[in-house]
Amino acid sequence: MKSRVPSLILSRLLIALVTLTIVSFAVFFATTLLPGDTATILLGQAATPEAIAGLRTAMHLDEPALLRFVYWIAGLFQGDLGTSYANHVPVATLISGRLANTLKLAGLTTLVSVPLALTLGITAAMWRRTLYDRIVTVATIGIISVPEFVVATLAVLVFAVYLKWLPALSFTYQVDSFAGLLRAYAMPVVTLTFVVSAQMIRMSRAAVIETLNTPYVEMALLKGASRPRLVLRHALPNALSPIANAVALSLSYLLGGVIIVETIFNYPGIAKLMVDAVSTRDLPLIQSCAMIFCFGYLLLITAADIVAILSNPRLR
Amino acid sequence: MKTHSSIGTFAAWSGYRINPVGLVSVSVVLFWALVALFAPHITPHSVGEMIDADYFGPMRPGLWLGSDYLGRDMLSRLILGARYTVGISLAAVFIACFTGVVLGMTSAVLRGPVDMVVSRLLDALNSIPSKLFGLMVVAAVGSSIPVLILTLSIIYVPGAYRFSRALAVNIDTMDFIMVARIRGEKLPYLIASEILPNIIGPVLADLGLRFVFIVLLLSGLSFLGLGVQPPYADWGALVRENIGGLPFAAPAVIVPSLAIATLTISVNLLIDNLPQKIRDRSAS
Repeated sequence: MKSRVPSLILSRLLIALVTLTIVSFAVFFATTLLPGDTATILLGQAATPEAIAGLRTAMHLDEPALLRFVYWIAGLFQGDLGTSYANHVPVATLISGRLANTLKLAGLTTLVSVPLALTLGITAAMWRRTLYDRIVTVATIGIISVPEFVVATLAVLVFAVYLKWLPALSFTYQVDSFAGLLRAYAMPVVTLTFVVSAQMIRMSRAAVIETLNTPYVEMALLKGASRPRLVLRHALPNALSPIANAVALSLSYLLGGVIIVETIFNYPGIAKLMVDAVSTRDLPLIQSCAMIFCFGYLLLITAADIVAILSNPRLR
Repeated sequence: MKTHSSIGTFAAWSGYRINPVGLVSVSVVLFWALVALFAPHITPHSVGEMIDADYFGPMRPGLWLGSDYLGRDMLSRLILGARYTVGISLAAVFIACFTGVVLGMTSAVLRGPVDMVVSRLLDALNSIPSKLFGLMVVAAVGSSIPVLILTLSIIYVPGAYRFSRALAVNIDTMDFIMVARIRGEKLPYLIASEILPNIIGPVLADLGLRFVFIVLLLSGLSFLGLGVQPPYADWGALVRENIGGLPFAAPAVIVPSLAIATLTISVNLLIDNLPQKIRDRSAS
């Protein structure tokens, strides 16, 4: 039988591409809807009508929206993200440093949360219906059902106000030593870890438990295998694909979390940049940030699907 | 003892077993619903009035939840905030679920190209992270309560659509639908009288979950300063206003956070503890 994996992956990538096109369409038109003339905003109230007309032509503002959309996309591919309205700096310059900061935060969170969440999820499934399992389950439900800023607020209260282990709200730039790095990143990473891990623990626990309910695991149980052996040796290999899927899906919650966390901790990342851009209505900046976020989100979702396809032996 | 026997009677009458977690969560949800409903009549002080000489005052008699960053009564602000959080979220969840469920059932009944196009478009909408979508709309048209309600409902239409379509597709293959089709029934009759009654239980449970998502998103947006605008304040905006009190653990910042948590956690628990019969038709 011919493998269906390549065609499945191809179709998944195609769907992602179509979605990205529709999304960029939506982003572009949502932000062109707003009232106010771009040229007037850029040049200010005192500009002469001739200057405004000249800029309109230079920026293709008089052409149909569809054509401007094409120019915008072509610009994106050449790395030209437009010029910020608020401070007349190329958007690419504003974004580059901020993006690295956000990726650093996301990377650190991934490094901390994935091993932690998988350990908790798998052990909770291993000792199902014990007190330990109940505590883990209740804690994850609690974290999932409150907004990220409440998690952040409570984390600050516990770690900074009562225990005094970490600085509260200020993000310090003094990251010259390892200890300094730890202190600066600790609160944002701790908060994001809570948000992302809760989903991951729930999904990986459910995946392992589902495999534990299959007849072949029952067979192993009847054979007299111990509980850890049952989970680690028999169930886990088959639960790996839903777990990998769960990891990628949970990491997409980073996107929502990062917007809140960067704002609350005043972290100089791209999400903070975007929230500030929304309050100053700086359209080119909002468009670019939105595209970066949607791209990252689609990347993770598609990765989750592809991992699920790849790790399913029945499709090979 | 009396309560116990009345619970017993209810259980016998309805055929459902009542569990304590479900009971507690129903009471919390009802409590907040009543607070939201009667908000203007039960605030002990006027929401805008600065009555405390000190800001971020502690809890004490008369100012039961302390005072906020301007020395206003926190209890009154929390009570009125309940009205915005619950009201906006309820309005949004009803619009979202109504639109999503009608579209979902229509797609399931019509199948073919209609189903294809609607599903693809809503999937694309679903792949814009919800907070980002909210940010973009606020950037484009500004933030007001009608805009918020509409945005929140648009964001959660795809989820409601997907859920109800999956349920309706199952029902659509049943014989009685075939009979109705042969009888020559039209689309509105099919979805309203044949399909809806068979999926209404899970759809209502889904509505509850989506209500939680909307409360979370609304509070998140308000927390960023992009949701409910001053002088009005929902619970998210209350946390934002008083975030300055965080380093000294002022009740003004803790109380609205806890209010959101109690509401969303109890709706979640309530749905988790619904009888299987209501929650999931396909399982029974």
